[in-house]
Amino acid sequence: MDLTFSPQETAFRDEFRGWLSENQPPPEPPADAGDDAHYARRRDWQRHMYDGGWAAPAWPTEYGGRGASQTESAIYYEELGRSGVPLAANTLGLLLGGPTLMVWGTPEQKERYLAPILSAEEIWCQGFSEPDAGSDLASLKTKAVKDGDEWVVTGQKVWTSGAQYSKWCMLVARTDSEAAKHKGLTYFLMDMEQDAVKVVPLRQITGEAEFNELFIEEARIPDANVVGGVGNGWKVALTTLMNERAGLGFALQIGLRRLLDNLIAVAAEKGLLENPLYADAIAELHVRCESIRLLAWKGLTDAERYGQPGPEGSLVKWLWSDTNQRATQLAVDVIGPQALTVGTEWSYELLRARGNTIEGGTTEVLKNIVAERVLGLPRLKVAA
Amino acid sequence: MDFGLTDDQRDIQRTARDLLAERATPARVREHAEAASTDTALWKELCELGWPGIAIAEENGGQGLGTIELSILCEELGRSLAPVPFLASTMAACVIEQAGSPEQRERWLPGLASGETIGALAGALDGTAELVVSGAEAGVIVLIEDDGSGRLLTPEEAEVTPIAAIDPTRSAARVSASEEAGEALEEGCPGLGQALVAVSSELVGVSGRALEMTLAYVKDRKQFGVPVGAYQAVSHRCAQMLLDTEKARSLTALAAWSADADPEGLAEAAAMAKAAASDAGREVTAGAIQMHGGIGFTWEADVHWLYKRAQIDAVLLGGAGRNRARLAEILADRISASTPA
Repeated sequence: MDLTFSPQETAFRDEFRGWLSENQPPPEPPADAGDDAHYARRRDWQRHMYDGGWAAPAWPTEYGGRGASQTESAIYYEELGRSGVPLAANTLGLLLGGPTLMVWGTPEQKERYLAPILSAEEIWCQGFSEPDAGSDLASLKTKAVKDGDEWVVTGQKVWTSGAQYSKWCMLVARTDSEAAKHKGLTYFLMDMEQDAVKVVPLRQITGEAEFNELFIEEARIPDANVVGGVGNGWKVALTTLMNERAGLGFALQIGLRRLLDNLIAVAAEKGLLENPLYADAIAELHVRCESIRLLAWKGLTDAERYGQPGPEGSLVKWLWSDTNQRATQLAVDVIGPQALTVGTEWSYELLRARGNTIEGGTTEVLKNIVAERVLGLPRLKVAA
Repeated sequence: MDFGLTDDQRDIQRTARDLLAERATPARVREHAEAASTDTALWKELCELGWPGIAIAEENGGQGLGTIELSILCEELGRSLAPVPFLASTMAACVIEQAGSPEQRERWLPGLASGETIGALAGALDGTAELVVSGAEAGVIVLIEDDGSGRLLTPEEAEVTPIAAIDPTRSAARVSASEEAGEALEEGCPGLGQALVAVSSELVGVSGRALEMTLAYVKDRKQFGVPVGAYQAVSHRCAQMLLDTEKARSLTALAAWSADADPEGLAEAAAMAKAAASDAGREVTAGAIQMHGGIGFTWEADVHWLYKRAQIDAVLLGGAGRNRARLAEILADRISASTPA
């Protein structure tokens, strides 16, 4: 057991931290500037990181990355989270789309798509969930029918973040309605710049619209944009989902650390660390936060040593989302009613945290995954 | 970063698990629990193998291995509920080795390392410790007051009254000493962090075993025609039991590692470990009884021994609340240290 970082890893952290201290994102637009201004800032920031060679260190050098190890990549996300800079505009492309293409893409697809992801020239979004296919993703209904050397797609997607800015959508659609539910799916890259795709913002409980609904009415996708082969969409989608858990987890974990450190500072200033009720609640959050960090690193280093990340990763996401909700809720008591006024950081965090136990796998589904895949418990057969 | 054990540590773990699976079988543990007796044959065997001295320095008669190795043995002993005075004796040795004078070390450690002397350690209030695990058997007792001041007592220097605690797999006593009795230990009781690692490790072992027994039961027990483990009300509780256990395990590993490699971080890591392990021990063993249903409430089923062990361990050296209070102090100190006056 050695819970320290190697000199090489520390050097990597120091180098990126140094770069971040000298390179700041553009100033935040005024509060009433609207989503587009915020998005433009994230795009500029990604371009700046790209120019500095820091857009995606985990990508292999041949695709413009640094070939960083998994540990270094986690350090990169920790540092991003710690510094409080905004997420890169094309995070979904960098974290999900690119790595999925590296595994499943043809040489032509890699040549065509990877570079513009890195430079934020082309933004990517993810068209997986549907109104009737959330946790049960494989039951999705969006249909793709072959027409010459094109596919014609019709259906509806939901929770598509950044769709209004995107050039490409990672779309999973049903190409064979006769096949078993997981087997009839295909993974496409859909051009968002066509009239057949309508993007409607989905306003969430925070008031903003991070996500959208997609209404797709006979959109066209060339056959060359199939990723990983017709009928293989479920496997390709799993690659995407695996990547979703891996990288971002470290940024989220450190994000919680930052939030908690701020909360502890406010509590200390108000003398609440001497109040047994608050002291207990805050110490418990600290314990959980440390445990999340340890479990996240354990999952990653085990994966690095023994291959694939295990389903234990579900524990980290479950514990993180629950702890983030508790922390933001406690903040209301520590800060006082001011934390409930619109436009404050704390009220935003409180509301945004409700999504944490739903997005990227609901806590209920995560518990099922833990029960079935880690604990080996039988699955209850539900009548169809 | 590497959370894995070395090959040698893995060997220790495997050997300990195999040995205890053979010697401390549920039937044998039950026999001793019902007779409220220590398994002296097993204790003798463990002493011959050098277990009690695993983390005591070679110059003091021990094996000179680290806290991680100690933690491995504690976890395995917790899993098996072996009716031996290992934990109490080890905790006393940890504190005597680090907070004792050269004379005290020389006097007590060789005997504690060989197992010839049994030690005990407990938190006390104004000279009285209401529940000292293995206290009735101990040749040396360490009492630690809330303010961190500790002292060494022989049974002759204190009033030792055997008591029947709910966990009959280990003896217990009430220990009381007058103000001037015994010998003072170094202020703040260094070594306490290591002792917290030991008890936290045992709690992790108890929790892990409780979950295993529960899983075996809910996969087997059928109601309404299906194994009850297929119901989400049951399977999600099992998932929660795993989460609680893994949380405690991760923090206990950090504390064990800190004891050997990062002494400055030990106080905080040990408090986090004990807070998480105390909660896990209580919640997971309570869950085990609940998930066993009616059978779990019977004397015949073995889960209650785990629950009882967890209850005792959870309050040893301060429960979750006490350790969280300690953590809050550490956090407050850190903030005032970083704020310019």
